[in-house]
Amino acid sequence: MTDTTQHTPPGGRPRSSADAIKRPVLSGPHLARRYRTERIFKGLGLGAIMVAALILFILVGSIVSKGYSAFWQSYVHIDITFEREDFTDETGTITEESLARADYFTLIRGTLDELFPEAASDRQLRRKLYGIISPNADLALRHQVEADPEAYIGKTVPVWIKLSDDIDSVVKGYIDRNQPEDRRRVGNVELSWYDSFHKEGQIESFFNVDLFTHGDSREPEEAGILGALVGSILTLAVTLALSFPVGVMAAVYLEEFAPKNRWTDLIEVNINNLAAVPSIVFGLLGLAMFLNFFGLPRSAPLVGGMVLALITLPTIIIAARSALKAVPPSIREAALGIGASPLQTVTHHVLPLAMPGIMTGTIIGMAQALGETAPLLMIGMVAFIVDIPQGFTDPATVLPVQVYIWADSPERAFTERTSAAIMVLLGVLMLMNALAVILRKRFERRW
Amino acid sequence: MNDGTQAVEQALSESSTPKPATETKHVKILNRDVNVFYGEKHALKHVDLDIYEHEVTALIGPSGCGKSTFLRCLNRMNDVIDSCRVAGTIEIDQTDIYTSGLDVVQLRARVGMVFQKPNPFPKSIFDNVAYGPRIHGTAQNKSEVEEIVRTSLERAGLWKEVHDRLDQPGTGLSGGQQQRLCIARAIAVNPEVILMDEPCSALDPIATAKIEELIDELRENYTIVIVTHSMQQAARVSQRTAFFHLGDLVEVDQTDSMFTNPKDSRTQGYITGRFG
Ligand SMILES: Nc1ncnc2c1ncn2[C@@H]1O[C@H](COP(=O)(O)OP(=O)(O)O)[C@@H](O)[C@H]1O
Ligand SMILES: [Mg+2]
Repeated sequence: MTDTTQHTPPGGRPRSSADAIKRPVLSGPHLARRYRTERIFKGLGLGAIMVAALILFILVGSIVSKGYSAFWQSYVHIDITFEREDFTDETGTITEESLARADYFTLIRGTLDELFPEAASDRQLRRKLYGIISPNADLALRHQVEADPEAYIGKTVPVWIKLSDDIDSVVKGYIDRNQPEDRRRVGNVELSWYDSFHKEGQIESFFNVDLFTHGDSREPEEAGILGALVGSILTLAVTLALSFPVGVMAAVYLEEFAPKNRWTDLIEVNINNLAAVPSIVFGLLGLAMFLNFFGLPRSAPLVGGMVLALITLPTIIIAARSALKAVPPSIREAALGIGASPLQTVTHHVLPLAMPGIMTGTIIGMAQALGETAPLLMIGMVAFIVDIPQGFTDPATVLPVQVYIWADSPERAFTERTSAAIMVLLGVLMLMNALAVILRKRFERRW
Repeated sequence: MNDGTQAVEQALSESSTPKPATETKHVKILNRDVNVFYGEKHALKHVDLDIYEHEVTALIGPSGCGKSTFLRCLNRMNDVIDSCRVAGTIEIDQTDIYTSGLDVVQLRARVGMVFQKPNPFPKSIFDNVAYGPRIHGTAQNKSEVEEIVRTSLERAGLWKEVHDRLDQPGTGLSGGQQQRLCIARAIAVNPEVILMDEPCSALDPIATAKIEELIDELRENYTIVIVTHSMQQAARVSQRTAFFHLGDLVEVDQTDSMFTNPKDSRTQGYITGRFG
């Protein structure tokens, strides 16, 4: 020993000066290198986030810029004379029945004929004239009159009549007037009629309520997403009702009760495999099993939900298992140690602690199910359905399929509605995620 | 002489309770030829050990020697480990706790356990203590539950500190308080035996002293088996000490004679600090 003041640990071997202690170097190239790597790492991370944000921005930007106009619908303000005798029955009184039977169709057309007498003589011209308003405008007018007959009958009242999708496109500036007439969706005559209305200030756009209150339609201006929205909700309700309890039960059994042996290993591997199976395969399975074998109704949310439950089940099981795994074993020991049965241990302690994680996994699964299209095509949920589904066995479609159907339609007005439907779909997704956050907050115990 | 031994002797002399004559004592837990295997590993070999009623039995030995394994045999917590196999006879009050018909859940209500790391439930202090009585149906109504919670916390020496915040999370307490809460939770079930696996290893000296005091008081009504790596603690709280080494029960004796006059050279080596 050279340094006598140095303390020798008891039982330790005396140090010689030859193997002097190597202390960490706190400066020099080593440190510079560490700082550089850290800087590069930080830069790369920031870059990755920026790329992701840019892509998201472009995606949302293009959808919104294409679709925002669908939330508006143009109307024309015209004076219509409601002759009393058109609305009475044989005895000359106005009843609900007589109001319903009145010919609103002719009323609107007659008004248009009066406004543009030059078209009255030519049958083809007249058809073009009637084509500038929505074919279902008479229905809307009937509802208006039925709601308050006193305000209309026997008077001349200005009413808003919905314009057809083509004229609506003109209002929104989607029609290029410089193009030759045969390349344009709207001919010169229609444009001249539009111009005369426009000059008088008779055309105005309103929020497109029908988009949210109507089912699908062949007429873009009548088409709405309520049918698909309700279809999606019904389908997801079935999916949730099936896959959540089954998934959680399966996860709890596998994680907490099943013996660890070759069979459970096999099951585990297969669940993971199931999560990777293309969803269309589940659609085919649903077609073969639920429709052809069990004879369940085609196009129904019930069957769609069952198929989607098969798809989300592995997601939920995997998420629930990892949430259960994350519960500290000391909690299980504590409960077992004071004489809680294994089932009590799970239901009173483990499951509540795993719930936030299970819920997050479930919502991810539901979001995945909400966006599924392919398997639903297999079971007939791609059909054109006007009526809003009233129950689980009514024919229905879902939001992504509605997007698919509209994207396939040639009309200009369906293009903007496609984007609008995507926006609604994204809105529902965001709502679900918000719900996930709220539920997490609710169930999470920070202690 | 070694510092450690001196401290142990001092602790022994401080220990106020007179050591009772064991001949008149009732054997609460009888262990004969207990063997434990983790898969192929023979973790506990031929253990014969009597645990007496109203006594504190300390299990000491170097880490990995099988103290926890033995302790967990007594309330069958080893059942939870798939690879674990227990052979031999363990009787509590003359009934074999490994017979096929025995309800493990009821056994654990009779044999409570306190773990090394305090593990209160992430629930309120009240619910932590009330949980046992609730699931075992020992309390018929709300006021009975409240009574049990109160007396349990009092006996665990925690009532004064927490009586005004029973609705607050048990996990918000300090380490020592959490461990006393766990003890309160265990005694709320009114077990006959309490097993403690290094209950003070995560605690500071003051909290440790409180718990040791508590163990001494609990001895009146319970049979206690405590694993400890501190020989001073064994000397302070226990009447009987068992020394384990590499899965063997090397020596068991009354605590004072064990520390003053160990018979086996391994015991002597351990308590004088030559290994461990
Ligand atoms: N769950 C387990 N699986 C396999 N081996 C285990 C398990 N638990 C403990 N052992 C082994 O059994 C022996 C005794 O462990 P333990 O009883 O925990 O010792 P200690 O005396 O430190 O409490 C050790 O060698 C340990 O590695
Ligand atoms: Mg241990």
